[in-house]
Amino acid sequence: MKHRLAALALLCPVVLAHAEDSKVYEHVFANGLKLLVKEDHRSPVVVSQVWYKVGSSYEPGGITGISHMLEHMMFKGTEKYPAGEFSRIIAENGGSENAFTGQDYTAYFQTLEKSRLEISFKLESDRMRNLNLKAEELKKELEVVTEERRMRTDDQPRAKVHEQFMAAAFTNSPYQNPVIGWPSDIANYQIEDLQAWYQKWYAPNNATLVVVGDVDAKQVEKLAEQYFAPLQPSTIKPVKPQAESEQRGVRRITVKAPAKLPYLMMGYKVPVLNSAKPEWEAYALEVLAGVLDGGDSARLPARLIRGKQIAVSAGAGYDLTSRLPELFLLEGTPADGKTVFDLEYALLDEVYQLKNELIGKDELQRIKAQVLASSVYQKDSNFYQAMQLGTLETVGLGWQRADEYVAKINQVTAEQVREVARKYLIEDTLTVAYLDPQPITEAAKPKKLTGVHHAF
Amino acid sequence: MRFNLIGLLLLAFSQLAWPAAKIEHWQTAQGSRVYYVRTAGLPMVDVRVVFDAGSARDGSQFGVAALTSALLDSGAGDWSADDIAQRFESVGAQYSAGVSEDMAWLSIRSLTEKPLLEKALATFETVLSRPAFREDDFQREKARTLAGLKHREESPGELASIAFGKALYGEHPYAHPETGIVQTVAGFSADDLKTFYQTYYVAANAIVVIVGDVSREQAEQTANQVLGKLPVGSKPADIPPVTMPSQASTQHIEFPSTQTHVLVGLPGTYRKDPDYFALYVGNHILGGGSMVSRLFEEVREKRGLAYGAYSVFAPLYRQGPFMMSLQTRNDQTEQALGVLRKTFADFLAQGPTEQELTAAKRNITGGFAMRFDTNSKLSDYVAMIGFYQQPLDYLDTFQTNVEAVTIEQIKDAFKRRVKPELLQTVTVGQKS
Repeated sequence: MKHRLAALALLCPVVLAHAEDSKVYEHVFANGLKLLVKEDHRSPVVVSQVWYKVGSSYEPGGITGISHMLEHMMFKGTEKYPAGEFSRIIAENGGSENAFTGQDYTAYFQTLEKSRLEISFKLESDRMRNLNLKAEELKKELEVVTEERRMRTDDQPRAKVHEQFMAAAFTNSPYQNPVIGWPSDIANYQIEDLQAWYQKWYAPNNATLVVVGDVDAKQVEKLAEQYFAPLQPSTIKPVKPQAESEQRGVRRITVKAPAKLPYLMMGYKVPVLNSAKPEWEAYALEVLAGVLDGGDSARLPARLIRGKQIAVSAGAGYDLTSRLPELFLLEGTPADGKTVFDLEYALLDEVYQLKNELIGKDELQRIKAQVLASSVYQKDSNFYQAMQLGTLETVGLGWQRADEYVAKINQVTAEQVREVARKYLIEDTLTVAYLDPQPITEAAKPKKLTGVHHAF
Repeated sequence: MRFNLIGLLLLAFSQLAWPAAKIEHWQTAQGSRVYYVRTAGLPMVDVRVVFDAGSARDGSQFGVAALTSALLDSGAGDWSADDIAQRFESVGAQYSAGVSEDMAWLSIRSLTEKPLLEKALATFETVLSRPAFREDDFQREKARTLAGLKHREESPGELASIAFGKALYGEHPYAHPETGIVQTVAGFSADDLKTFYQTYYVAANAIVVIVGDVSREQAEQTANQVLGKLPVGSKPADIPPVTMPSQASTQHIEFPSTQTHVLVGLPGTYRKDPDYFALYVGNHILGGGSMVSRLFEEVREKRGLAYGAYSVFAPLYRQGPFMMSLQTRNDQTEQALGVLRKTFADFLAQGPTEQELTAAKRNITGGFAMRFDTNSKLSDYVAMIGFYQQPLDYLDTFQTNVEAVTIEQIKDAFKRRVKPELLQTVTVGQKS
């Protein structure tokens, strides 16, 4: 019964049309800036994103995290719009804005009512070339970033495990460094470092402008022409490949931190779309992640959380759109009375089965039905659609990959899933990290100073 | 990859439904209220059933509402948890359930293609009306909840939030965390959950929200189908009024973290509060605007004391919390707290400037379309409107209500409602 239904989903022309229908308008200006527009007229709003091909994986030692630091400094003003003006203008126009930095990109976005797109272009084009970097602003913002690091990593046991885990797993790939940077590097940025990084990477020929919403693509092009086309391009030197040297043998680390629960993280070195030869290996790994963790009926929840009850949480993760080869991740929290080693053994047993038995037809069909449905659900969000185009373009895959995704997943066979498991989920490229919980000093009864009135 | 994205303060954008959503409303034969919005363009639908069965209904069993909700898809009718998950996922449907202080909800997102939607809804209906609460499933989910409660104790932010709830609400049902506490959850039996379910998961206590590309007729059928097998039952008594703390308090919890989490506030506003818009717009200026507000400016932009510095009113059926918050390096706690208090005191004394008020109104009304530009966000709004029985034209009058707010109203509302001599302060971190 369920096979028939899933197959039906795959054949239904209405659903398929929505899954594939992306109609992206592309234009490359003479200065090298690439514009991507996707019209979506369901609501009178627009999202505009500027993506730069730079992120933590471009950073040399000593200045790790500088892409993220620069992202913060991008809000500190130009000659034309001094510090605070950018955010004030966007806010006054009803806009929402922010920015994010990843391993492979730095991106800035605004979401606005559709008639106000020009405001975003005016401001973003200005700060693409005219950022006014000041030492005194860096001094303050550096404190903000340090607080951000404390909040996101230093005071979060599992984030600390992840940071150490990546550093252990990668020998020389820049993925060994945290996006936010190592504390000593953050503490020692100089304004000249920021200036140099800005000069090196922030130029129209290293950027993609993505616009999704209730707009007319031709008019967006005209508007972009007006604001972005006059910007001068730079000479962008290609980033060094820093290909990860081969790992020969399992790596194990322990991280101690004040915590209440143990935690386990495991990762195998795997190719991504950018590096997979043949390409289907990346899609097969994506399906493999779905077999383990693509919903509540997947193997990890069904077998480890419910069946054997060896874990209270368990997950698998793989990002096929990374710029460089990645890790296929497995992680989890052991159930009460079980250890990280019990959980590791159980996860390895799942890997063993993937290598030795073909996955079921129903599992494969379920994943394909989910991927198809998700491709429709994702269109509920302009922001998500823009993210997808921006990511694919920025890591060098090209936005067209978004359209191929459903079809490529559909072509994956059970044999291919077994083949990538056999080829890549091998002990020699495995890294394992254990969180060893340290006691959290029991707070002496909270000190309550009742009735203390503060001078306001 | 979830660990690699940093720098996002907020992530909430996209599309759908304009001009302001046309909400259709009716009642089922058993007395459940139905709210339906047709959105065309994508072959998908969101169906959400909401009960007045949130953590405020826990009584002395803190966490029973949350665990009841978590158990629903662990076994229903003749199906096991595996069967249920497979039935949903084989048709690409996404099920979720959860609780807040006031609400317990179950929702399903599905494609509208008939056989797919039918299978998703049949499964949803069974989960909703015939949950089994089998002993082994119960024991497993209870153990997972207990692990979650332990995990919470690793986080200074979570500990601060728990202490803050207790400081604000004392013995009121809003005082305890929604997931409960170890001491209560450890003592639950499956029968406790069954009793809770039988009392609160009834038609008279339910609303249904349907948003998507389905006709009115389909929506009526869907509402009847998902609720049809529930007994009528009755509505629970009103949640008791909130008593304000009698005096200010400050408490510190020692924790081995590099930052101290600071929370300052009081019980604030409620959904039908006549002061709601004055407090909402005023707070936008004080600390609600994400990157433009007084707290953000004073704490982060001028002094670099924190990554985040915000204030929020979370309106509930009764007064939900008003909370000002920041996190800062342990040895800066007093300094940051001083800046927060001074910023608040200045705002209370002088109110916003004309310029600030205009800017805030422009931000709120200019961004109005983005509040419900996806089916997801629209479903949230419609559920709020339906559950709290707001006028159906809530979204249509929203901008007018914001525009009408004056400086005097803001000053007056803050003075009456956020009395500094009653503020509750919680800090969690290492005293230097």
